[in-house]
Amino acid sequence: MALEVNGKTLDTDEEGYLSNLGDWVPEVAQAMADADECELTDNHWEVINFLREYYEEYQIAPAVRVLTKAIGKKLGQDKGNSRYLYQLYPYGPAKQACRYAGLPKPTGCV
Amino acid sequence: MAGQCKKIMYLHRRAPYGTVYAQEGLEVVLIGAAFDQDVCMAFVDDGVYQLKAGQDTSAVGMKNFSPAWRALGDYDVTRLYVERESLDERGLREEDLMPLRYEDENDDWAEKSSIVIVDRKEIGRLIDAQDVVFNF
Repeated sequence: MALEVNGKTLDTDEEGYLSNLGDWVPEVAQAMADADECELTDNHWEVINFLREYYEEYQIAPAVRVLTKAIGKKLGQDKGNSRYLYQLYPYGPAKQACRYAGLPKPTGCV
Repeated sequence: MAGQCKKIMYLHRRAPYGTVYAQEGLEVVLIGAAFDQDVCMAFVDDGVYQLKAGQDTSAVGMKNFSPAWRALGDYDVTRLYVERESLDERGLREEDLMPLRYEDENDDWAEKSSIVIVDRKEIGRLIDAQDVVFNF
């Protein structure tokens, strides 16, 4: 599969995750969200940016349980709970947000 | 799962690069962490190199996945046994390993080291005490 962003064609895997982490620009998240008919708010971006920083530090995309706990620690308990995160990312906060963030599919998500 | 909790050990014996065992083994640990079992890891033989600080893979063309060890605490994998004799035989000391820490939720989130250096005999006892041992 492929994704059109800024006139460039980017490779993705069969589930829509970017093949090449280095291809990511914010417009990638926007293009994926447009395709899902999901409107990206500041709260969505907060999670995307958080995931990119997490990957930068640990070289893995966190499982949803770990993501929830880590967000709670960094951004507060009102955001570090699955209800809040599923409202933002109904397809699964780790899976969907990791895809928008250009990361691989989280380890441990089926 | 019917509340069944097994004692599981992931036993890492090989050098981190050159084969995929180390990285795939870590992946299995991360996946398995979702199942709330009693998990520990043990590093023996060349496996102790997996925890060495300052890994640089630029010359071998493999991803340096060693930062991911630092995430293990978030996955509640907090007991990493490292065999003293394996370190000695390779001229390594505990200070040569990455400092890996976790927050103990039963102790007011105090930061503690996940790495426990034990001798060969103790590794044997630990292996013996497990329900399941995965070799990587």
